[in-house]
Amino acid sequence: MSAILPLRLEKVTYAVDGRRIIERVSLVLEAGPSTIILGANGAGKSVLMRLMHGLLAPSAGQINWSSQGARRRQAMVFQRPVMLRRSVLANVAYALKVAGVPAAQRERLAQEALEEVGLRDAAQRPARVLSGGEQQRLALARAWALHPEVLFLDEPTANLDPGATREIETIIKAFDAAGTKVVMSTHSLGQARRLGDEVIYLHQGRVLERAPVERFFPQPASPEAAAFVKGELPWA
Amino acid sequence: MFEALGSGLRLVATLDLRLWEIVGLSLGVSLSAVTLATLLGLPLGAVLAVGRFPGRQGAIVVLNALMGLPPVVVGLFIYLLLSRAGPLGEFGLLFTPQAMVIAQTVLVLPIIAALARQAVEDAWREYEEQLRSFGVEGWRAALTVLWDIRFSLLTAVMAGLGRASAEVGAVMIVGGNIDGVTRVMTTAIALETSKGDLPLALGLGMVLIAIVLALNAAAQVIKEAARRRYG
Repeated sequence: MSAILPLRLEKVTYAVDGRRIIERVSLVLEAGPSTIILGANGAGKSVLMRLMHGLLAPSAGQINWSSQGARRRQAMVFQRPVMLRRSVLANVAYALKVAGVPAAQRERLAQEALEEVGLRDAAQRPARVLSGGEQQRLALARAWALHPEVLFLDEPTANLDPGATREIETIIKAFDAAGTKVVMSTHSLGQARRLGDEVIYLHQGRVLERAPVERFFPQPASPEAAAFVKGELPWA
Repeated sequence: MFEALGSGLRLVATLDLRLWEIVGLSLGVSLSAVTLATLLGLPLGAVLAVGRFPGRQGAIVVLNALMGLPPVVVGLFIYLLLSRAGPLGEFGLLFTPQAMVIAQTVLVLPIIAALARQAVEDAWREYEEQLRSFGVEGWRAALTVLWDIRFSLLTAVMAGLGRASAEVGAVMIVGGNIDGVTRVMTTAIALETSKGDLPLALGLGMVLIAIVLALNAAAQVIKEAARRRYG
């Protein structure tokens, strides 16, 4: 099975009613470093990730994975994950089922994934009554069970308190340690520093800058990114 | 009036056999029709909600309009199909309980399908991205959503049951209101009222209301329990 990475975007544009939300973005995402997509609200972070994940089709340009069957070897965790009305365990088992995992293996893999995110004791509870942080951990367990090559995370901690955010960040690091390529959008600079190896800075639908974390934060190259890092409003 | 009401109550309380036969047939016909309409209507509604195909908007408009189909018109339509000269005449179904089930199924199907379509479409807005991210689309996505909101769909099924158990026109035309064969509560009430036998009509009326109330209460209990259980 050859790797689905690198992912190549060539002059990708996404427009709705003539308004360009993503404009001529060309990128190559390699296996390995965790990539943080940084930018202010409305910069196009979510849309860019949805384009990469295949939930949206580009209006122009090309998005290509390096091998066939990429659909099944990537997962995405959303800002507000959707829990199915069934138990925590059954939520993970469903993700395994639709990924084509044989029934005999599902329970064991699901239990392992719940163990990984610290939800083992909640396995039989209905997923919809979990707290926000627990729901997000369950969403990560659904992804974990699939052992994806690439994991997209769209501001996964935007609605969570600091404690839940730390738990989620620990799990994201575990994905990275297990060899999954992490691609995450955030507008939290601290989170970008803690989890990222490289930063892609997005401004009004364009990639203004791409740099290693240790270079980006002390010395952002573009004035927009510099203003963002300093906490200034980029449109002021 | 009160005298008739009293006699009606006595008929119900004494388990009058004639009355209970009618009640049994009514329930049998309407529950069969609702079961069939549910099995056909929920998938139909879900596909209309989730699918993207040419003519979808038109299909939704037609389906919604069919919710208001007059029972007598459905009865007439099924009568023409099943009558001896009609395309399905050879099966000899006219004036049988089966014909009544067919007519009520046709009557109720648009109600269940249209209400299910709306419920699934509302839920789909929430589920779509997540399911597509899982690689679940089309039929499979529709069934997943249907199953996930199954308890809210009870409302659609109960609306269908209310329609089926309350209508007179369709069963009257295709069933013929034959005593002991195709006489159901609503047709009996219509007949007994015109004959002046108010006690039997009132007794049947009370039973009809009580059954519909009981079924809706049961549905409500199930929905509440599910809400507490599954969130």
